[in-house]
Amino acid sequence: MAKTYDAGVKEYRETYWMPDYTPKETDILACFKVTPQDGVPREEVAAAVAAESSTGTWTTVWTDLLTDLDYYKGRAYAIEDVPGDDTCFYAFVAYPIDLFEEGSVVNVMTSLVGNVFGFKALRALRLEDIRFPLAYVMTCNGPPQGIQVERDILNKYGRPLLGCTIKPKLGLSAKNYGRACYEGLRGGLDFTKDDENVNSQPFMRWRHRFDFVMEAIQKAEAETGERKGHYLNVTAPTSDEMMKRAEYAKEIGAPIIMHDYITGGWSANTQLAQWCQDNGMLLHIHRAMHAVLDRNPHHGIHFRVLAKILRLSGGDHLHSGTVVGKLEGDREATLGWIDIMRDSYIKEDRSRGIFFDQDWGAMPGVLPVASGGIHVWHMPALVNIFGDDSVLQFGGGTLGHPWGNAAGAAANRVAVEACVKARNEGRELEKEGKDILTAAAKHSPELAAAMETWKEIKFEFDTVDKLDVSHK
Amino acid sequence: MQDYQSSLSDPSSRKFETFSYLPEMSPEEIRKQIEYIVSKGWNPGIEHTEPENAGGHYWYMWKLPMFGETDVDAILKEVEACHQAHPNNHVRLLGFDNFAQSAGAAMVIYRGKTV
Repeated sequence: MAKTYDAGVKEYRETYWMPDYTPKETDILACFKVTPQDGVPREEVAAAVAAESSTGTWTTVWTDLLTDLDYYKGRAYAIEDVPGDDTCFYAFVAYPIDLFEEGSVVNVMTSLVGNVFGFKALRALRLEDIRFPLAYVMTCNGPPQGIQVERDILNKYGRPLLGCTIKPKLGLSAKNYGRACYEGLRGGLDFTKDDENVNSQPFMRWRHRFDFVMEAIQKAEAETGERKGHYLNVTAPTSDEMMKRAEYAKEIGAPIIMHDYITGGWSANTQLAQWCQDNGMLLHIHRAMHAVLDRNPHHGIHFRVLAKILRLSGGDHLHSGTVVGKLEGDREATLGWIDIMRDSYIKEDRSRGIFFDQDWGAMPGVLPVASGGIHVWHMPALVNIFGDDSVLQFGGGTLGHPWGNAAGAAANRVAVEACVKARNEGRELEKEGKDILTAAAKHSPELAAAMETWKEIKFEFDTVDKLDVSHK
Repeated sequence: MQDYQSSLSDPSSRKFETFSYLPEMSPEEIRKQIEYIVSKGWNPGIEHTEPENAGGHYWYMWKLPMFGETDVDAILKEVEACHQAHPNNHVRLLGFDNFAQSAGAAMVIYRGKTV
């Protein structure tokens, strides 16, 4: 029977709280951590989140009756306690798939983390996880090449790849910058990298950088007989300018380019990823600004969501934290999201912060990049945590070697190979790391000098964003 | 401080990917790597090339990959047979992971004279 129009304000829970709803295979599911204002019932807040992130507004409107609102609405279908924290709770919301444009993470996130995050009945709100149904995954382009294709292009198997971010971050001329790249690459790195804030400043315009760096790559390849690359950062003020830089990188034969997907924007990122797929180019993704969104345990967007967004939007590498270096990253949570980046099917696992099963179908995986305050002494732990399908990136840990970049690169290359070889032999890396590196250093004066330089450096601060467990 | 020894004119600067920055492996070390490949369920394969042609994706296959072979001695014997037949070539041992459609392991275990 048709409904009648009844103007005024209704409680959200009358329409959007559906504890008996069984989510469909094709629904997009979201888990929010909700911190309500005092005195607001949980069901009402959960329903408000579902409403404000889907079809609802604060009052009933007559045009609601022109559509099948019961079909299109988001449904708050479950509430759970947060272990160890009484101030907040988890709310689970299901959204019908046709609320969202196909292949658009921009559209999904505009709904899910839009107005609702400023909603007054909430003190804080955090998007903990999203389940993207395979039906939605199939509409997205995904990583341009994927892990296997990258290995084939670069002819590198059975070990993590090695990179280095060129420092100082800002201020070098293009020719001096190319020198720093060349030294690292000839010493045994697979990649060097533009720092995220290197775009096209007055001290080094992008085109000069691309030209000098390409000469560095070509000479290092001829010298070592191995394939090399440099992440040429094409992040730019407009997407037209970004594409111009990408086209030039391709023209000079660069194998890989780079984009900052949060500051640059997901629309630009998706465009660039599709272009990379069409043009056989690898795409390295940096995540500047992520900690603004993902570090506060009560408010924002968890990194596992940002990682899923990137896999759908497209990128072959994504910075994922190091666990052991200078930047934030809980070990179990990091293991959770690097699975999300690489695997084709990930089971729900609350002990690693994973709230939903996630099926990626045949969508290629993304290589996690460990970068930030790491050096040779971290190598055994890094190989153990990240495994072969990763990029280990030592900036200061390469360039800060007392004999220069080539020696720093060689030290890291010897260390990573020694760790992989020992792991294959069945040795326990994190227990025997010191012995393994010490033995390898007997054949490598570069490694011995690196081990001496960084023997005292540790970054032992507690993690701010921990997993939700009863006893923190 | 030491100078880093590497140049276009010095053939010993030429590397060949995984484990090429470590000393050449002893027979016992090679055996352990083969055991690793077998333990992962990968298919062992052997490839070789003249060092001057090492740059391409395709080296010469020594027979076919040893599908389903788990006998480490049998695999070692094939590696040695390839080396005997081509003593001046790089000989590469691979572990083909048919699920990932990639090589899970690839390492040069006999080194030819680089050029």
